[in-house]
Amino acid sequence: MSVIVYVPLDSSACALGADAVAQAIAREAERRGLAVELRRNGSRGMYWLEPLVEVVCGEQRLAYGPVTAEAVAGLFDAGFLSGAAHPLALGPTEAIDFLARQQRLTFARVGVVDALSIAEYVAHGGFVGLARASTMTPEAVVKEVTDAGLRGRGGAAFPTGIKWKTVLDTPAEQKYIACNADEGDSGTFSDRMLMEGDPYCLIEGMAIAGLAVGATQGYIYLRSEYPRALDILESAIRAAREIGYLGSNVMGSGRAFDLEVRLGAGAYICGEETAMLESLEGKRGIVRAKPPLPAIAGLFGQPTVINNVISLASVPIILAKGAAHYRDFGLGRSRGTLPFQLSGNLKRTGLVELAFGVTLRELLFDYAGGSASGRPIRAVQVGGPLGAYLPEDQFDTPLDYEQYAAMGAMIGHGGIVAFDDSVDMAQMARYAMEFCAVESCGKCTPCRIGSTRGVEVIDRLLAGDDRGRQLALLESLCDTMEKGSLCAMGGMTPYPVRSALKYFPRDFGIDTSRAA
Amino acid sequence: MSELHQDEIIAREIAAGRDAPGALLPILHAIQNALGWIPPQATRMLADALLLSRAEVHGVITFYHHFRTHPPGRHVVQVCRAEACQAVGAARLEAHAKASLGVDYGETTADGAITLEPVYCLGNCACSPSVRIDDEIAGRVDCDGFDRIVERLRAEEVSA
Repeated sequence: MSVIVYVPLDSSACALGADAVAQAIAREAERRGLAVELRRNGSRGMYWLEPLVEVVCGEQRLAYGPVTAEAVAGLFDAGFLSGAAHPLALGPTEAIDFLARQQRLTFARVGVVDALSIAEYVAHGGFVGLARASTMTPEAVVKEVTDAGLRGRGGAAFPTGIKWKTVLDTPAEQKYIACNADEGDSGTFSDRMLMEGDPYCLIEGMAIAGLAVGATQGYIYLRSEYPRALDILESAIRAAREIGYLGSNVMGSGRAFDLEVRLGAGAYICGEETAMLESLEGKRGIVRAKPPLPAIAGLFGQPTVINNVISLASVPIILAKGAAHYRDFGLGRSRGTLPFQLSGNLKRTGLVELAFGVTLRELLFDYAGGSASGRPIRAVQVGGPLGAYLPEDQFDTPLDYEQYAAMGAMIGHGGIVAFDDSVDMAQMARYAMEFCAVESCGKCTPCRIGSTRGVEVIDRLLAGDDRGRQLALLESLCDTMEKGSLCAMGGMTPYPVRSALKYFPRDFGIDTSRAA
Repeated sequence: MSELHQDEIIAREIAAGRDAPGALLPILHAIQNALGWIPPQATRMLADALLLSRAEVHGVITFYHHFRTHPPGRHVVQVCRAEACQAVGAARLEAHAKASLGVDYGETTADGAITLEPVYCLGNCACSPSVRIDDEIAGRVDCDGFDRIVERLRAEEVSA
C-alpha cells in the first residue's frame, strides 16, 4: 500500500520551493522502489515552516519542515515515510501550537485536503451546505446567512444577509453573483490561500448564493497577479460542473448556476465593487456613483450580489452547521471568525483564523513570536495600504469592527503588517499618497489630484520648508480627500497618513516637546 | 514577428472571444498572452469588432497596469513595492534590481533579456520580499537572491 504524502501547491509554499520538493519526493520514491502517493494540498498557513511536508501515519499526519529538495534523500534515509525522527520533524501537524490554538471555520479544510480532490472535499464536510440549501426556499437560505451575523470580509463589513435580501427582493430576468477576488491589499493573502487550497469551498459558497437570490451566473473577478489560483479555480470549476455541483441542475435541485473566472489586469481600484463591475463589463475600472446599489442595478445593469472570497467561503459552513454555530464565535456585532494574516517583520508569519476579539498583541507576540529582526515592533498597519498605522499602546484593543472604527482604524480584510523600529513613518505616509496617485481611477478630483499634491506636501514638510504651513495644508488636504472622494480609495488614504502623523510625529521632523 | 502574423493572432483571439459579455478584457488578456504585448493595430481591430470607439479601447488598454503597449524582454521580472515587502527590505531590493540590471521600471535590459516592472502585492506577503519571474513567484528574495535569479534566466537562454 502506498504512503500518502502531502506537499503544498500554494503559491507561497512554491515560492519557497514546494514544487521542487514534490518532484524530489516522487523521484526519490521511484529510485528506492517505494510506493508514495503525492497529494497537493493548500498551505496550513505556517509559512516559516514551508515547504511543510506531511506524511499520513495511521490516524495522524506528521509534519516535516521547512523541507528543501536537497533534504529529501535524507528524509527517506531516516525513514520519514513511517514517521521516523529527523531534525526537520515537527510531530503531528495539528498539535503544532500555532495551529492548535486557532478557531478554523472558513479555513477548516485549507492545507488539509488535496485542493483539487472533490472526494477529499466531500469527505471533510464539503457540499453539505449546498445540499441543504438546495432543499430550502431562497428566503430561508438568506435568513440563515442573516442570522449567522456574517458581515462582508472584504473590508466594508456590510451585513451579507441584508445584501442578499435586496437582490432576492429585486425582480429581474437575470441576476448575478460576483466574487471580488481582487485581493490587492498588501499584507493580505487569505483569499489566495483559500482559492488555491480549498477552491470547492468558494464554488460551493457561490452556488449557495446563487440559489439564495435566484442568480444563475457567477463571476470570480480574480487578480492577474495570482496565476496559480487561476489554474486551480478553472480546474475545480470544470470538475464541479462535470459532477453536477454546477450547471443546469445544481445537485438535482432543478435550478441552474454556473461560474466563470475573469481576470483583472493589475488595477488596485478594481477591488472597489463598482470599479470591479465596470472591469467585468470590459471597461476601465472607474468607480460608479451610488445609488443605485449594485444589489439593485449591478453587473450589466442587473441585480448583483458582490461579496469577497472569504465572505462567500464562510457560507458553506453556515448552511452546513446552522447560523447559531457560526454566530456563537465573536463579540458584539462582529460575529464569527476572521482569518488574520500576519506579515512584514515577524518571526512567524502566516494565517491565523480566530474569533473576533483577539488583540494585536496576542497575534504579534503569542502567534507570530515578535519581530523577525529581534528589534522592537514600532508600528503595525492593519487593514491594507489604506489602513491606519498603530503604535504599541494600541495593541491591546480587541479586534472588532466597531472598536477599531472608534480609534480611526479599520480591520478591513484582516491583513496585519508589522514594522520594527528601523521604519521611517514619514516615508510610509508618503508611500500611501504615492500609492493612491498610482492606483486612483481618476474619476474624482480629491483622490486623483489630492494624492499627487499629498506627495508634494509631504516632501516639502520633510524638507523643512515652512513646516507649520505644510502641516496645515496636509490636514486640509486629508479632510478634502476623506470627505470629498467618491469611494474608499481617496476617502481612506488619509488613514495611514494621519495615523503616521499622529503617532510618529518625530519622523516628520515635528518637535513634540512643544505639543500640549 | 511580422505584423501580418500579429494581425492573424489578434483576429483569431477576437473571433474566439467577441461573443462573451464584457469581452474586451478577456480578449486583451488573450492577445497579450499570445504576443507578450498589445500591438497598436489591435486598438483599431478591437474597436471595429466590438463596436467601440478607438478612444474607448485605448482607454481600457492604458488604464490597466498589466497591459503593455511595448514588447517586453524575453522575461518579465516584477519586484513588489507594497508595505509587507517594504517592512523587510523591499526598498533596498528595488534599488539593487534597478542598478544591477541598469534599467528603471518599465524598461528592458540592453540584451533584451529582462523587463523590470513594479508590482503592488503578489499575495506572497508572508514570505517577503517577493519577486515574480514570468508566472513564477519567488519569496524571501534578498539582493544576492535577485542576482541568482537573473543569472539563472540568462543561463537558461544560453543553453536553450
